[in-house]
Amino acid sequence: MSAASTTVDLRPGGLWLAFAHNRLAWVGLALLTAIVFVALFAPWIAPYDPLEQNIVARLEPPSAEYWLGTDSFGRDVLSRLIYGSRISLFVGFVAILIAMVIGTTIGVISGYVGGVFDQIVMGVLDVLLAFPTLLLGLMIAAMLGASLENLIIAIAVTEIAPFARVARAPTITLRERDFVEASRSYGSSPLRIMSRHIVPNMISDVVVMSSLWLASAIRTEASLSFIGLGVPPPAATWGGMIREGFENILDAWWLSVFPSLAILATVLALNLLGDALRDASDPRSRAR
Amino acid sequence: MIGYALRRVLLAIPTLLVMLTAIFVLVRLVPGDAASVILGDQASAASLAALREKLGLDQPVHTQYLTFLGNVLTGNLGQSLSTGNSVIREVLLVLPSTIELTVAAIVIGLLFGLPLGVAAALSRNGWIDYVSRVVSLIGLSFPAFVSGILMLIVFAIHLGWFPVLGTTSGNASFYEKMRALALPALNLGIIMTAYVMRVTRAAMLGVMTEDYIRTARAKGVSPRTLVLTHALRNSLIPIITVVGLYFGTLIGNSVLTEIIFNRPGLGKLIISALNARDYTLLQGLMIIFAICVIIVNTLTDLAYGFVDPRVKYS
Repeated sequence: MSAASTTVDLRPGGLWLAFAHNRLAWVGLALLTAIVFVALFAPWIAPYDPLEQNIVARLEPPSAEYWLGTDSFGRDVLSRLIYGSRISLFVGFVAILIAMVIGTTIGVISGYVGGVFDQIVMGVLDVLLAFPTLLLGLMIAAMLGASLENLIIAIAVTEIAPFARVARAPTITLRERDFVEASRSYGSSPLRIMSRHIVPNMISDVVVMSSLWLASAIRTEASLSFIGLGVPPPAATWGGMIREGFENILDAWWLSVFPSLAILATVLALNLLGDALRDASDPRSRAR
Repeated sequence: MIGYALRRVLLAIPTLLVMLTAIFVLVRLVPGDAASVILGDQASAASLAALREKLGLDQPVHTQYLTFLGNVLTGNLGQSLSTGNSVIREVLLVLPSTIELTVAAIVIGLLFGLPLGVAAALSRNGWIDYVSRVVSLIGLSFPAFVSGILMLIVFAIHLGWFPVLGTTSGNASFYEKMRALALPALNLGIIMTAYVMRVTRAAMLGVMTEDYIRTARAKGVSPRTLVLTHALRNSLIPIITVVGLYFGTLIGNSVLTEIIFNRPGLGKLIISALNARDYTLLQGLMIIFAICVIIVNTLTDLAYGFVDPRVKYS
């Protein structure tokens, strides 16, 4: 099969078929569905209150009573893990949504306007893209202070550049297409051309990438929480649980191992899905 | 080549200015008055005023901005608020340790990633390909601190093969130093291997369908020469791009790795600056990272011209 002769098929049917043939995509989808289910129904699934302290049951190893053990405050690790999924998914999802809106807007405007403006915007985005995601998020979160809102802002900023890049490339080709030219000759304003003709024709490219970047956002959230810049305690966050578990790493391995596996499973599920979506929408896709 | 190089280097200047402006704005986003944040609620009015004057916060914003730019461009990144040393000195003290770690990771990443990527591409959809793709995706899904913690628990705490601390005293033997470096370097190196493997595979797959590969095969070039000089050489551009882009991630991951394995380095420096609310040190570190990233970006672009002579004429 010659890769060069494969045309990019973005029709829903074509995308779905390519996706359905990817076994790994199904593994990712099943994992993600399970995690979302756990997050949605946390109060009904969790055996204990995630914040309830029990001083007589401190640092208990996994047992029939506490399946994944208890932490240094005697809180149930499993329940905290279940509630932690809510914060990870919520922060990641909202941050990616914000980054998608801002990044796509920047990419489309930059690609449509072109010229020196475009070059400077792209130069800055290139540096942002190469700048350590974690450090950028860390600096912003550190300057703004640790809170849920600031965490979301910090992560959103780190994911703007990739969205802008992906939005810009198709904009440049679409800008020269006949139907855009025609609309321009009717006297449509640039704003109308961008929102009516360009965005609807490239938004699938952006959406396809968003699950990969959701994985990256969740990874950043976990890392920032681990450093201590996440949602402040006593809220249960996976990164925060590992941070607390790290202090007892020599004698209570379960505190850090289970949240580690939860993060790994979530990021892996999103990566499997994202990879499959990208491969399905572009057979010649390359690693970012 | 010189014209191309000059253009690349000149392009870095506006980028640097925009980044510096962004950092300037970001540091001024600290809620409330920076001086009272640094000194705490108990500070007297006199010491607050003194610190404001020292930081230049009593000046109008545009004067602050120009002073800031002037200082950075003359290599003055200010003094750490907690130790009083210059930021440059603080960084130089820990830099060798971080460089040691990242270089070891890059070596591991290229040493394993390139051959694995080539092997996967050549056996496309075979079992080597399948296994290495799944393994690399798992490698890419690990936040560096998660893989670090799991490695620490398994190999250092339970099996006892490596020391728990990734640091050694100054007079440790070479063997002890290497043993302490092994786990942190492997932690970074495995993630890097996954990256390099993936991009090598994708690039090789793209190149292997080109006409010149078919031509070379038709004229009887040996498989070894075909892969090494025809295919791999032409795959190098995307590989270099990813390794260049990966530099940022590598720095971020090394921060987490240094925390986990308790190694001195830029990562530990950032965390201590964070805990001490040492904003000048944080700002200085941000500027240094920005400059490093711009330099690596420019070098990556220059490497294109070196690997692929066509680039410099476009």
